[in-house]
Parts: sequence; C-alpha cells; structure tokens
Amino acid sequence: MIQETSSNEFDKGDVKLSCRDVWKVYGATPDKYFTNRSGRVDDPVGLAEQIRSDGHIVAACDVSFDVHVGEIFVIMGLSGSGKSTVVRSLSRLVEPTAGEVILDDRNLLEASKKELIDIRRHKMGMVFQSFGLLPHLTVMENIAFPLKLQGVSLKERQEKAQQVIELVGLEGRESSHPSQLSGGQQQRVGIARSLAVEPELWFLDEPFSALDPLIRRQMQDEFLRIQQMLHKSIVFITHDFMEALRIADRMAIMRDGVIVQIGTPDELVLHPADSYVAEFTSDVPWIRVLTAADIAEQPSGPVGGLPSVDGDTTLEDLLSVVCGSDDGVVIKSPANGDTIGVVTQKGLIEALAKGVEAQHVDASASKL
Amino acid sequence: MSARMDRTFWIWLGLILYILACVFLSRDIDWLKSYPEALVLPVAPVMNNGMVALVDSFGSVFRAISWAMTWPFTWIQQLFHWLPWPVTMALVAIVAHAAQGYRLVIFALISMSYMLITGYWYQSMNSLTLVAISVPLAILVGFGFGVWGFYSKRAERVMMPTLDLLQTVPAFAYLIPILLLFGFGPVVGVIASLLFSFPPMVRNTVLGLRGVSAVVIESGLMSGATRAQLFWQVRLPSAQRQILLGVNQATMASLSMVIVASIIGGTDDIGWEVLSTMRKALFGESLLAGIVIALIAMLMDRITWGLAIRESEYNNEEPPTWRQRHRHWIVAGVAFVALFSLSAIVPALHKYPEAWQYNPAQYLNDAINYIIINYREVIETIKTVSFFYLMLPTRIGLEQTVSPYTWGFEMTAAFTFGYVALFIGLMGAAFHYISSRAAIAVALFGTIYYFGLTNIPWLAMTVVFIFLGWRLGGWKLALGTSLGLAFLLLTGSWEVAVLSLYMCGLAVIVSFVLGGAIGIWAAHNDRVSAIVRPINDTLQTMPLFVLLIPVVMLFKIGEFTALIAIVAYAIVPAVRYVEHGLRDLPEDVIEAATAMGCTGRQLLFQVKLPLALPIIMLGLNQTIMYAIAMLVIAALVGTNDLGQQVYIGLGDGDFGVGMIAGFGMAIIAMIADRMTQGWSKGKRQELGIS
Ligand SMILES: Nc1ncnc2c1ncn2[C@@H]1O[C@H](COP(=O)(O)OP(=O)(O)O)[C@@H](O)[C@H]1O
Ligand SMILES: [Mg+2]
Repeated sequence: MIQETSSNEFDKGDVKLSCRDVWKVYGATPDKYFTNRSGRVDDPVGLAEQIRSDGHIVAACDVSFDVHVGEIFVIMGLSGSGKSTVVRSLSRLVEPTAGEVILDDRNLLEASKKELIDIRRHKMGMVFQSFGLLPHLTVMENIAFPLKLQGVSLKERQEKAQQVIELVGLEGRESSHPSQLSGGQQQRVGIARSLAVEPELWFLDEPFSALDPLIRRQMQDEFLRIQQMLHKSIVFITHDFMEALRIADRMAIMRDGVIVQIGTPDELVLHPADSYVAEFTSDVPWIRVLTAADIAEQPSGPVGGLPSVDGDTTLEDLLSVVCGSDDGVVIKSPANGDTIGVVTQKGLIEALAKGVEAQHVDASASKL
Repeated sequence: MSARMDRTFWIWLGLILYILACVFLSRDIDWLKSYPEALVLPVAPVMNNGMVALVDSFGSVFRAISWAMTWPFTWIQQLFHWLPWPVTMALVAIVAHAAQGYRLVIFALISMSYMLITGYWYQSMNSLTLVAISVPLAILVGFGFGVWGFYSKRAERVMMPTLDLLQTVPAFAYLIPILLLFGFGPVVGVIASLLFSFPPMVRNTVLGLRGVSAVVIESGLMSGATRAQLFWQVRLPSAQRQILLGVNQATMASLSMVIVASIIGGTDDIGWEVLSTMRKALFGESLLAGIVIALIAMLMDRITWGLAIRESEYNNEEPPTWRQRHRHWIVAGVAFVALFSLSAIVPALHKYPEAWQYNPAQYLNDAINYIIINYREVIETIKTVSFFYLMLPTRIGLEQTVSPYTWGFEMTAAFTFGYVALFIGLMGAAFHYISSRAAIAVALFGTIYYFGLTNIPWLAMTVVFIFLGWRLGGWKLALGTSLGLAFLLLTGSWEVAVLSLYMCGLAVIVSFVLGGAIGIWAAHNDRVSAIVRPINDTLQTMPLFVLLIPVVMLFKIGEFTALIAIVAYAIVPAVRYVEHGLRDLPEDVIEAATAMGCTGRQLLFQVKLPLALPIIMLGLNQTIMYAIAMLVIAALVGTNDLGQQVYIGLGDGDFGVGMIAGFGMAIIAMIADRMTQGWSKGKRQELGIS
C-alpha cells in the first residue's frame, strides 16, 4: 500500500529511528483488534475499515518509515490526518495501540517508565506548534528546564542554555517571561529548549504553523542553518506542502491515518502516487523543485570550456545559465565535483515540456 | 413574537385548574389542606439520639481535639495582641503594597487607623486570630482534596456533591453539631470556618490543575519529567493563579463564617460586638463595628486577590537584582526592627492609648434617632404599603388580606369578579403581545396572589414543582425534586419550607426586577456603571451580617426588614449579570440590527435582551443562591421560616431540628439551582451558544 518511489534510497547513513506498523486506535476497546503487539496484519486497510465501522477512531493505520542519521524526514498531511499522533507515538506521548518503534536497535514500546524518562531526557527533543512554554519561568529558565529536571547544577545548565540561546539568536532576552515575547521569539525558546540536552532525535510538530508567513519563512531558513551545524535526525510535521518541499530530505504524505507515499520531494512532484498527492503537487512551481542533476544527459562531445553548475541547482536558476551557453552546461556533483553530465538548451526545453506533460499525465492517470 | 398554543401551554393551563380544584377541595378536606401529621417520620428525635450516642462514645476524642486546638489559638492570639500596633500596621501595609501597590497601602492604613481610633483593635485582632488559624488549615485540606479529586475521577464524583451540600447548608446549621461535639469556645469558630472555607479551595485546585494545557504537560514530559517533577514543577506552577484565587475565596468564606460563628458568643470578637450591640438597639455602636468588619473584608479581599493575579512586575529588559526581588522582605525586616525598638521606648506606640480613641457612636445614635423620628411617616408608609399590598397577599392571599382595616374595604363578590376579569384580560394581553409562557406566568401569579402561597395545598405545589423539574431538567431533575420535596414532607418541615419559599421568592422577584432595571441602565450609561460597580463590590465582599445593621436600624425587626436585607444582598448578582450580559454581546449583531433601523427600545427588547438571556439566567440563578444564603442570616431579625428553625435549633442545642431545617434549605437551594441552570442551558442551546 505504501508506495516507496525512492530509487536511490537516502544514503547519508544508517537508520536512526524506525517506525514499524504503528497503529493508534482511539475508542472504548482498541486492544481487541490486535492479537499481537507487532501490528503486522495481512489487510491493514480492511482492518481499519472494520475498526472504524465499530465506532472507533483510527488515528494511525499501519504507519512505517525509517529516519536516517542526519536526515530531515517530513510528514505532511491535512489537519486530522494523524501526523501529531504518529510523531507522539515515537516518543510515547501517545501510547501506540500496536507496532514497533526501534531506536538504536531497541523497541521503545517495550521500555519501562524509567527507561523512557531516561531516553526522553537524553535522546529526544520536541518542539510544539503552540510552544508549550512554562509561563512562570524566564526564557533562560525555560530553556534550562530539561537540564534542571536531570539535576544538572545551576552553573552548568546556565552555560549550556546560554549556548543554545546564542544558537537561536535570543541573546538579551534571557530574563524575559514568555508572555513578553512575540510568537516567533517564543518558538525560538521552544527550539532552544528542545536542543538544550543535545538530543540525537529532534521532533517538530508543526513548529511554524502558528507564525505569520514572513516569520515562518525566516524561521525555516534558521532551522535549516541550525540543522547544517548540528546534523540531528529529524521528524518534522507540517500541513504546508511548500514548507515540506523546502525542508525535507525525504517526506511522507498522510491521509486518514495512512501514509500514502514516501519519497524525496522531486520524486513526489514528478510521480505522485495518487490523486490525493497530485492535488498537492499540481500547484507546485516544479521548475523550482527539479534540479540540474535530475535532467543531466551524457555529453555527446568534449565538454572542456563549457560553464559548469552544481547538480542541486534548480531548473529555474539553470535557465539563465543555459541561455548564455549555446553548447550546453556541465553539471557537477555538489559533493565531490565530479562531472555528472551536461544540460543543453534543447535538453532543458524538452525536460520542461516533458515534465509538465508527465505531471499532467500522472495526475490524470491516477484520477481514473 | 407570536404566541402558540402548544402542548406545554395546555398542560400548564391544566395544572392551574388543578391548583384551583385543590384549593377549593382543601376547604373541606383536612389532609389536603395540610400534610397529615400521621405521615411525618420522627426524624429529628432519631438524629438527636444518634448525636447523643456519638457524643457519648467519641465525645472525649472531639474534646481532646478541641483542647489541642486551643493552644495554637492562644499563641496566635497572644502574638497578635503582643505586636505593637505600628508594627502590625507596617507589616499589613507592606503586604498590601506587594499585592496591589500604593493605593491599597493607603486604604490599609486608613482602615487600620479607623480600628484603632474607634477602639475596636482588640476585637478585630481576636477575629483575625480565628481567620489566621482556619485559613491555612482550609488551604492545606482543600489543596489535598483538590489534588486527590484531580487524579481520581471517582473521588471527584463523590467530592463535588458533598462540597455542594457543605456550601449550601446554612452556616448556622453547622454550628450545632460542632457545638455539641467540640463544646463551647473559640475552636467552634475555627472548625466551622474551616468546614465552610475549604470547599472553594478544593474546587479551584481541581479547576486549576485541569486547566493546564495539554501541550505544557507534553513539553514537561518531553523534558523528561518524572511524575513528581511533572506535578510540582509543571502542573502546580501553571495552575498557580487559579489556586491562589481559591485562597482568596477561602479567606473570604472563612472571615464571613468567623463573623457568623460569633453568634454563639464566648470570644470578644468583632462579630460579637456587632451582634450584642444590635440586640441592645445600640445602632451607632453596631454600625461602627460593622464598618470594621466591612473594612477588614475589603482589605483581605484586595490583598489575597492582588497576590493571586499579580503579574511579574519586571517588564524591563534588565533582570531584577537581588535587592529588587527581595525589597518587600527587606523593608519589612527594617520596619519591624525599627518600629519594634521605637515602641519599646515610647509606650504609646506599644499599646494604643485610650486617650487617643474617639468613638462617635453617641452622635450616630442621635443622628439615627433624628432620622427615625423625623421620617417616621415615610418609613411607616413604605412598611405598611409593602406589607399589605405585597407581602401579606403573597403569603395568605388577597382573600384573607382585604379588609376595611388594610385595604379600606370589604372583600366582596364584585371585587373577586373584577380581579378574575382583570387577570384574564392581563393573560390575554400577555399572550398576544409576549408569549404563551408569559400568559401562564400571569395566571400563576394571579392565582397565588389571590389565595396566598401558604394556602396552596401541598399536593398541588409538589405536582407543579415536579412538573417544572421535568420540563427544565428531564426526568433526573424531576426525580431529584420529588426526593427533595419528600424529605420536606416526611420531616414535617413543609409549612416552614413554604414560608421560606415565600420569603425567598418574593425577595428574588423584587431583587431581579429592581436589579435588572439598574443593570440595564448601567449597561447603557458608563457613569451609572461606574457608580454601581464599587457599591456592588462592597456589598458582595461584606459578611452578610453587616447588611442587617442599617436595615434593622430603620425598620426595626420583622418580616419586612428581613425582606429588605435579603434584597440588599441578592440584588448584586442581578445587576452584575444583566449589565455584563448586555455589554458582552456580539458587536456585529448589534450593528446589523441598528443598520436595519431598530429604535433604541426595539434594540433592547428584541435583540439585546433575548441574546443576553442565557447570561441573565445565570444572574437569576445567582440571585436565588444569594437570597437563600441571606435568608438564614435574616432569620435573626424576624422570620418564621426554615432559617428561624435553624436558629431555634442552635439556641436549644437541638441538633435534629436545626439540621433538618438546614438540609431543607440546602434542598430548596439545590432544586432552584438545577432548575435555573437547566433553563439557562436550554436557552443557550436554542441560541446555539455552548
Ligand atoms: N485523544 C484523542 N481521542 C480521540 N480521538 C483523537 C484523540 N487525539 C486525536 N484524535 C483523532 O485522531 C485523528 C488524528 O489526529 P491528529 O494526530 O491530531 O491529526 P493531525 O495532527 O494530523 O492534525 C483525528 O481524527 C483526531 O480527531
Ligand atoms: Mg497536529
């Protein structure tokens, strides 16, 4: 049912967190539908239908995905599709009805209360849509709060908190109370707090949805900047498809508790799995999404003397370069500078034409 | 509005005919006229026997508790008397500053100076001793139960109705078992005040803890909080404000109970001062002491309220220094040492010298006498008019009231005929211009006014109430109402309960009509609003007792005085809620109506009032609750209702009689509460407000 369209599996590193067949059923007797805790069933869709017809709510239905070390994994879906439920299942803020959550080869769902507290203290950080700051504490105290709970000494926690305060750019507001801050600043506090314990896993549940569009954009940039420095393994929730495209290394699309498609942003834009996904992708100005590497061809002749660009340049930016070079442009790998191929004027026009066509075909095909 | 003759209308009409039939039949049938003695259960003696048994077997335990509690009482009392008055004043002023700044400091200093100058310092300190013991206890107990109720749904389900009962059983009724169990002494005041003041603490604790948002809890959990850390470092601080409001309410409840408890005497406190002087008709003294109570109440209210809602004062970017954060403590410490040393040298600063006292009671008394003598005519007219034209007919009916002595003519068939014709006309008008409900209300009122509430047979009244319960709250409320009424009948309290209903009903109608009018006025006129608000605040914070003084002063004791006293208190929520309801309407609806060309009157009657109805209904609910609370206190100045029974029970140490009457009042209060809430809820659903 989950269509893994990814051809080249994300190759940055090992799997950090693995969510396998996770179910969350709300209602009177959610447990009776599962004979074993693993959550693996033959016909998940049929089971979900049966559970729903009994008047229960299936908030997460057989959800599986992996998050790699250093990866930003985005879950995108409309409100009520079960995103929050899934991300909370990963830290057991919501107790999943069935399934497995494997963190560093251990099933989190089998951890004791005490172990769980320990894992939350040292390995996880979370940012919430409505911030969740403690109103009676100052910015500094809020950020140092997780450290305080661990019993870290005052001096040490102030030092650590100061570092993250600088990281998120809140210097000078240390002794303010949350109520004195703007929304954007409050979320910076939330981000700083979640980073204070230097977690490996970073969960963000619609962190920027409560902010104004301009601020949101700015916060996304800052988020990407921070991630470039820290290389956390991230699960990022959003209902904003454009935000997902900007941020994601890979993303999953959810509907009614089910993950409909997982892939890189390009793959989703080029090959939406069904009409639901296509609804999102059809409005995407996808020349901003496709990159030079996606359309590079084998060179037909010598490439010496041609201008070169990095493979992750979007087609939009590529246009002006290709215009000025009649014999094409050399595409280089952003990682090691090797030549991937070339893009000619003809090739670019063809790709644009085909891309538009492909998108239309894909969308209409899946609507049938 | 178009009136429809729906099913409800016909049922009501049937009920009115049934009432009339019962009234006429009861003239010949005795058991219909009054509930038969033979069917009354001997509940009071049984309760008394139980009490005796309890005292016999566990009396020593209670007395031991009582004895143990006299120690902290004595210590605190001695502490308060030992502290030189400038020190006490300075400390209170500093707390006032911490709570609300300089304006409150000025109020505190003036209030305390008043106590010193009028010579009530000593009595005030005795009252404060009781409060100082019972409030911390109430906070501890209330907080404990509140936390329990928060974590355990089951505990909460048992707790909340019990608290309801504890708060609706009149204060006097508490005193009886406490007296019997713990014996005379200041401890009675402490325990009564504890029992009365911990319920609001429980409620606010539960409310506060429940109100902490889910995301704050989640962020606490993700920070790695253990269960205990989550409670103490996340839930509790987040709920702090609500819990502190609980402290405010507990303090006010405690103070008002301490004043009420002074009725048993034994402590030379400020409540006793008021009561004893009032009994001796020394109204000047009584009034002066009453003002002390009012001042203490207002001061305590402002201080605890201010401490509860105070914001962080440091809005500047700079972090507060150690000095800034602890300045109140520093000032308090310095003031204490300095003033204490000074008072050791100057005796007048240790104990306020009597030569500096000035008690203007005598002049007040003269002034009061002057008023009473010069305005006797006016006062007497107000009294007789209300009595003969309003109170008496409502109680025993026009039929028995109208005579040459009262109305100036005999009751004749022609008069009755005219009366019936008038009311049928009024009914028709109400039906045509307002609604079928209004027509029914007119008919009911006409019936009661003619025959008198006490002449409506029990069998008729119970049926009407049970039907009302069913209409407003479904079968559950109908069942609850039946059980409550059965209690009143079986314990033989019916007749006095009807008298309570009469006093309370009349007071509620008068308060609501008057208060509603003032509320409407205040909603449309900012100046009126600004005048009315502080008066309401004062009336509301005042211990009920104090309200009696000016009324008794003018009108002497009697049913009319009681009515006025009740109205003076019950009018507060009527004014408040009506004004609030009218001011708090959605702007766009008003604009739309104005744009349609509504006149001011149309806007009020066809748009604003109907929209504000749910809130106004809550105001009615509160008016009823306030009236019932005051009813018992008003028994002190002469009524014959359940309140008087409680009072009699207290005087005779008759646990059964007092307690049954107390429960009776609680039952009336709860039925009225559920009915009005049911009504309000129905209205809200109609209007689509949740
Ligand atoms: N505590 C709960 N009890 C019952 N239903 C819930 C609860 N929490 C969430 N749900 C339901 O689960 C579904 C998914 O909710 P959620 O995970 O919050 O969606 P999203 O975060 O994508 O908006 C919704 O239909 C919601 O109503
Ligand atoms: Mg959500």
